[in-house]
Amino acid sequence: MDNLRGKVAIVGAADTQVGKLPQFSPTGLCIDAARRAMADANITKGQIDGLITCNSMAEPYMYHAEAMAEYMQIFPRYCMSVVAGGSTTFSILHHAAAAIVSGMCTTVLITMADSLRSGLTRDQAMKMQSSAGHSQFEIPFGPTVPAFYALIARAHMHKYGTTAEQFAAIAVACRKHACLNPTAEMRTPITIDDVMNSRMIADPLHLLDCSLVSDGGSAIIMTSADRAADFPHDPVYILGVGEGHGHEHISQAQSLTTSFAVESGRRAYAMAGLRPSDMDFAQLYDCFTPTVLVELEDLGFCQKGEGGAFVENGNIELGGMLPVNTHGGLLSHCHPGNPGSMFALTETVTQLRGTAGARQVKDAKVAIVHGQGGIMSSHTTVILARERH
Amino acid sequence: MTGQMDKFLPRPTPESAPFWQGCRDHKLLLQYCTACGTHQFYPRVICANCMSEQLEWREASGRGTVETYTVVTRAVSDAYAADVPYVIALITLEEGPRMMSNVIGCDVESVKCGLAVEVIFEQWSAEITMPKFRPVTGQLAS
Repeated sequence: MDNLRGKVAIVGAADTQVGKLPQFSPTGLCIDAARRAMADANITKGQIDGLITCNSMAEPYMYHAEAMAEYMQIFPRYCMSVVAGGSTTFSILHHAAAAIVSGMCTTVLITMADSLRSGLTRDQAMKMQSSAGHSQFEIPFGPTVPAFYALIARAHMHKYGTTAEQFAAIAVACRKHACLNPTAEMRTPITIDDVMNSRMIADPLHLLDCSLVSDGGSAIIMTSADRAADFPHDPVYILGVGEGHGHEHISQAQSLTTSFAVESGRRAYAMAGLRPSDMDFAQLYDCFTPTVLVELEDLGFCQKGEGGAFVENGNIELGGMLPVNTHGGLLSHCHPGNPGSMFALTETVTQLRGTAGARQVKDAKVAIVHGQGGIMSSHTTVILARERH
Repeated sequence: MTGQMDKFLPRPTPESAPFWQGCRDHKLLLQYCTACGTHQFYPRVICANCMSEQLEWREASGRGTVETYTVVTRAVSDAYAADVPYVIALITLEEGPRMMSNVIGCDVESVKCGLAVEVIFEQWSAEITMPKFRPVTGQLAS
């Protein structure tokens, strides 16, 4: 399967402000992200003929992408909303690439934003908590979102001897990177002890094992690789993309310790013709620290069960073997919900353009980005590169 | 039953109604496929293993093993606050299927992966009785 390899490129990328932004609506942030990405690509709205968004929890529309098109008065020939939880960003990228290659459109704007910090009513917040899980066979027992991930963490600890301190090392690495990123929300260094001493939320997950709750938006512009030279910045090419969908509800997962990131990763590597050792850095979905550890294993950066040892000793920090979440991730940069992975994507573009400043990965040429949604349910892996190959 | 009505009560569907009726009768019922010989949970209109419609309801032993668990110290909503700290567990039943439930009737610190548990029933409303689990005294499953 190599039909998308090197055929599409990201030619514009931008984020809004992130953090606590009560002065903006989710729609306002979504449009602001779009405006910034168009400016980055130096295109006008009339050049956009494809639009993909995901719905906002704080300000939902029945047909979100159509509503955003209407708001900007653009009239695309390809228009849709996608929701795949945290995997949304990269599954959207997959759909957009396919749409461009098949000729359904030429220039796609992907924009998304939400205001989980400032925009949710109490009812919406409650609905968000209680919509994760099966309405009859999970939710009534009172699981929280951290509790779902704690089940995975505990299973990994039991099976492989992974420790809470090893999960904490992931939070420490993300914070270290956020400290080098002027746009990140959390820029005070933390230690493993700080994580271990933070409030227990759902054993074994402490407060600092959990991602942020933020307002913010982010957008990219994609087009065919053949047109990519017409834009002001160096294009970033998509070499591989793959999805894997294992379940919706964690109680139905085939395995609690191995995820369908194995499938999405295998498909992305096969399309790209590359291996884990070819990756200069990785952006791995980090709604809670254990997800990064499982993804490192399932994407082939270490053997199954050895993720705990892999994340120790600065291996996943800048300057280490595989820098992970160079912007600070959902744990320390920002996390406005489904749009969360967009920031990992725009950061990847920044790194591959070589403009990441103090947090620049030296000689960054190829990167892997991975999103998972639900409770380790939907997985999408993308491999991006500076060269078309 | 005080306060249970404010919890997230399950709403039975046509395919799950026999399961919830079983809980009211203090029986843990599972679907069994007579075509391929497997039990399944949650209830479905087909066997998810072979897509057969040849499903019948059978009473399970009610015994299982804690595969993984967490202790929730921050409740999902006010209705669950009085239960804190409470255990959320994934329990593998003797018949094979896995289900989520609470492990109750013991110190939360005593819950471990591999703990042998058995079903007990907790009435929440006239219609809804919840299947919960408690440790089988003195046993740790292999």
